[in-house]
Amino acid sequence: MSSPKEVLFSPIFDNNPIALQVLGICSALAVTVSMVNTLVMCAAVIFVCAFSNLFVSLLRHVMPSSIRIIIQMTIIASLVILVDQIIQAYAYEVSQRLSVFVGLIITNCIVLGRAEGFALQNGPYISFLDGIGNGLGYSILLLLVALIREPLGAGTLMGYTLFPSVNDGGWYIGNGLMLLAPSAFFIIGLAIWALRAWKPAQVEPAEYEIAENVQYKEAI
Amino acid sequence: MPQRNRDSIGNILIVAISVCLVASILVSVAAVALKPAQEANRLLNQRQNILVAAGLLAPGQSTSAEGLGINELFDLFDVRVVDLRTGEYAEDIDPAEFDQLRSARDASRSRRLSGDEDIATLRRLENYGIVYLMRDDAGNVEKTVLPVRGMGLWGTLFGYLAIEGDLVTAEGIAFYRHQETPGLGGEVENPRWRAQWEGLKLFDDEGRPAVELVKTRAPEGSDARRHQVDMLAGATLTSRGVENLVNFWLSDLGYGAYLEKLRQGEA
Repeated sequence: MSSPKEVLFSPIFDNNPIALQVLGICSALAVTVSMVNTLVMCAAVIFVCAFSNLFVSLLRHVMPSSIRIIIQMTIIASLVILVDQIIQAYAYEVSQRLSVFVGLIITNCIVLGRAEGFALQNGPYISFLDGIGNGLGYSILLLLVALIREPLGAGTLMGYTLFPSVNDGGWYIGNGLMLLAPSAFFIIGLAIWALRAWKPAQVEPAEYEIAENVQYKEAI
Repeated sequence: MPQRNRDSIGNILIVAISVCLVASILVSVAAVALKPAQEANRLLNQRQNILVAAGLLAPGQSTSAEGLGINELFDLFDVRVVDLRTGEYAEDIDPAEFDQLRSARDASRSRRLSGDEDIATLRRLENYGIVYLMRDDAGNVEKTVLPVRGMGLWGTLFGYLAIEGDLVTAEGIAFYRHQETPGLGGEVENPRWRAQWEGLKLFDDEGRPAVELVKTRAPEGSDARRHQVDMLAGATLTSRGVENLVNFWLSDLGYGAYLEKLRQGEA
């Protein structure tokens, strides 16, 4: 059994849900164009992940195994709708920009992955911490991506101008690629590379070795 | 204590029903309790967009330079519903209850546009439209704000067009919802591009809608330039969409008849 501290902090670098488990990439591409959107999205994921883990863990002894995935999805979906309603009520502009992506937390693999993989086997307290930890692990990578994408793409950070862009009469020509989803793939890829260079234990062993080229003679 | 069989049909039903009940109560309570706040936000956001188009508010601001809030500024406007077919006011419709976008989907309150008419790719056109009028102390119309929409590249652009008291000169335009490419067509939000609309002549001398988005504007002071706005770099289809939707809503299919009546002081 790992200590609460370990459960809370290991998903941040040692077992990052995005970088090591490679889950939850879809929303990481979609919401990281601007920092404000990313912060709201991260808070929503931490909340949903923590509470879905808590409730799944509380129900783990009564939950019939044949319908456990459906029950987990019901819990997650209810939490997501709750978060979506709260964001629409108190952060209307951000909710307009996040549009469907808050709703899509339901399908975020991290949330179901932790509920199924951790909360079903562990107590409520430790599961709750695991949810927060994985939410934080997700957030830290998203914030990093947003920190690169927003300034390079639009010349702003949190809506404040860092580099005045040409369109507004400044000198900075925004990198259009950074405003589009594929750029997040490059940044996440580079981040995974950097993380695995720092912590070589995360490098997966090759599944097979590439054979030598077939020689002409062997074919006859 | 004997272990209850978790996977019996009875237990499955009990767990499933109770989880669903608790979840649905939670969701309904949240939806009902937060509804007033969401509605207020929606209304405030719509009013803010109208004020931005009319040049009374800077984008993203919620108070004007004079320190007036959104609702205070909005109270300066007289909201009316217009029958787009005749250009007359529809006195029997309450503007506060009227939802123009919903009525465009309602077959009894809209009609299908033919291909030639439908330059803004709306498919259906509502019979009634909303207008926001701001009057000066003498009661003359000082600003008119019209809702406009039309197809860009990826989807429909929704915005407001504000017109000055002469009903020919644009005051400003603001798009509040669109799906254009960030950095290219998404620049319809750019304040520097939007500034070109101020003082633009929307109609030619014969009273036809004449807005043009062009690659190179005619020389300063020339006749043609009065109707021209720069295209958005790298966004030909968005620019054409904006040109078409503005001209559509100013034509007789849109608010043209109403604006003509207003110009003659009859409406």
